[in-house]
Amino acid sequence: MSTLTISDLQVSVETDQGAKQILRGVDLTINEGEIHAIMGPNGSGKSTLAYAIAGHPKYTVDGGSITLDGEDVLAMTVDQRARAGLFLAMQYPVEIPGVTNSNFLRTAKTAITGEAPAIRGWIKEVRDSMGKLRMDSSFAERNVNEGFSGGEKKRNEILQMELLKPRFAVLDETDSGLDVDALKIVSEGVNRAMAATGLGILLITHYTRILRYITPDFVHVFVAGRVAEEGGPELAERLEDEGYDRFLPEAVS
Amino acid sequence: MTESTATSPARGLATPDGNTAVEVTGTGTRPSIISDATNRHGAVPVQTRNARFTSADVADFPEVTGREANWKLTPVDRIRDLLDGPLDGSAYSVVAQPSDGVDVRWVPRTDPRIGLAGIPEDKASANAWSSFGTALAITLSGEEHTELVVGRSEFGTLPRAAHTLLEAKPFSDSLVVLDNTGSAALVENLEILVRDGARLTLVTVQDFAEDARYVASHFAQVGRDATFKHVVVSLGGSVVRVNPSVTLADTGADGELLGVYFSDAGQHLEQQVFLFHKAANTRGRVNYKGALQGAGARTVWIGDVLIGPEASGTDSYEQNRNLVLSDGTRADSIPNLEIETGDILGAGHASATGRFDDEQLFYLQSRGIPEEEARRLVVRGFLIDIIQRIGSAALEERLTAAIEAELARDDR
Ligand SMILES: Nc1ncnc2c1ncn2[C@@H]1O[C@H](COP(=O)(O)OP(=O)(O)OP(=O)(O)O)[C@@H](O)[C@H]1O
Ligand SMILES: [Mg+2]
Repeated sequence: MSTLTISDLQVSVETDQGAKQILRGVDLTINEGEIHAIMGPNGSGKSTLAYAIAGHPKYTVDGGSITLDGEDVLAMTVDQRARAGLFLAMQYPVEIPGVTNSNFLRTAKTAITGEAPAIRGWIKEVRDSMGKLRMDSSFAERNVNEGFSGGEKKRNEILQMELLKPRFAVLDETDSGLDVDALKIVSEGVNRAMAATGLGILLITHYTRILRYITPDFVHVFVAGRVAEEGGPELAERLEDEGYDRFLPEAVS
Repeated sequence: MTESTATSPARGLATPDGNTAVEVTGTGTRPSIISDATNRHGAVPVQTRNARFTSADVADFPEVTGREANWKLTPVDRIRDLLDGPLDGSAYSVVAQPSDGVDVRWVPRTDPRIGLAGIPEDKASANAWSSFGTALAITLSGEEHTELVVGRSEFGTLPRAAHTLLEAKPFSDSLVVLDNTGSAALVENLEILVRDGARLTLVTVQDFAEDARYVASHFAQVGRDATFKHVVVSLGGSVVRVNPSVTLADTGADGELLGVYFSDAGQHLEQQVFLFHKAANTRGRVNYKGALQGAGARTVWIGDVLIGPEASGTDSYEQNRNLVLSDGTRADSIPNLEIETGDILGAGHASATGRFDDEQLFYLQSRGIPEEEARRLVVRGFLIDIIQRIGSAALEERLTAAIEAELARDDR
């Protein structure tokens, strides 16, 4: 069984005013087959955690560690991390002009598995996954995310997750900007991937509504760059009722 | 990518014959900088673009100082011998596969077609015109689509003049590639006559040896209901300057002017494009894209579009985009639009120079794609729409390979 371990992670981001510390000692252990929800108010550092795991160059790790089955993830380049089995569904997926989705998917699949997928089976697999995510087949020949609506971009992220079959996926607010139908479709995609490969999932969200469709094993409340409280699914329900107020500093008086 | 765009519904819009130089420095992760020659609307043009002095005699042009509007962005010192020195105007070796409807031969200076497409506007062009002894004439007459590749690789290292004539007979349909490689210290005039109803695609590939210097002027006249696609591909050479002037001379003429260039360390690649909508109901599209990588990589694009007083119903758009892949490069991008009639369908221009977007690189890498390959994908993606518009699969493949070879050079 694979395990992704994050210990005492401290991360800062480059800003025009210099480095700014965002993560102040994050501890998380995720096993394959587990779904961990990370919930927290805007600006609490959720995306920073996601980017730090993926290795975005703008984020500097000042302390702590991330390991995948004991391997030092922080020593890996961005692409090595992906090949090691990590995947990040981004909050704001990037548009890549002039590169078709199908070319991109094939190139990524080839990079991850180390060999080009057999054409026939691959085309069918892509088509099936797109069908299940209710993506029109024209999305294969469109440029990556170019001109996609917010919801279409999120589906495209889940499509990549299904096709690339990571061992661990970080989903950064994949639910935001989705209407209820799209939310169900995307949630089904996540549940399908879970059933197929038993990956571990770090589900970052601001709202509880996606948790109606994807049941987390653990819920972590993220505040000011740290995990402030942890529990089971019932914690999410409590947040739904109470909001984040009790975690925030006393209202500025 | 930041950009400037403008659309001009009416008359009297021009930008001065000025220049907008853009120096790209710094190491931001987001696209930065941009050239914009379009925000000075209302200024009076120095001179209408088709009113420049022309002469086929080199003696009629004063010595080039490097301060002239059409020379000031060129490294004149590196091509001084080509501007006014002696040029060898004899025939050179040409490789072309004969086929039906295609005639390739050397013709004397007295060929009646010479001078029909245009007359030199600068001293280098006039120097070549004064010096050439014989012209290479390519005549296309087949109504069935024909393709011709003319290989030219033996210009040699001594200063040389060339004159080339391309005539697409009425209703002919052809694609011609002038494939230029090897050494060169060459000044060339290329005259193109696209007769009524003809369809011609002309691709010139400048993939010269590293020390080559090449200064070319293209003059094209596009006839009634004729379709002309003109493609400039500049990859190799020390100084490569290709200035195409295309006149949409008769009703219904269509001109698509495409360009793709990749400048690496120390290279100067320049194109001064002039599209003249002379007749009514003509359509013009100018679309040039370039990439720059390596210390001292330099590109110049000037795009002049003139919509003349007779050119009612004109539909015109021009754009230039540059992708900066490393520090220490410089891209000039200067669109100019002059409109002398109020009755047009539409005219606009856009110009943008942007830095390679690291977020795109991160996105691709986060899917397991190694950095080098990710860069290739992004750059190829940037240039692909031009490459695909050429309409030749073989050429598309070759250009893609050439661009990948450029990217693989580690002088970044
Ligand atoms: N590039 C940056 N420059 C300056 N500040 C940054 C940068 N990136 C992140 N931050 C700051 O770091 C903090 C955490 O940002 P982060 O995006 O991780 O929050 P988040 O929890 O994902 O918020 P949201 O719910 O809005 O997505 C915020 O205060 C944000 O403004
Ligand atoms: Mg976020």
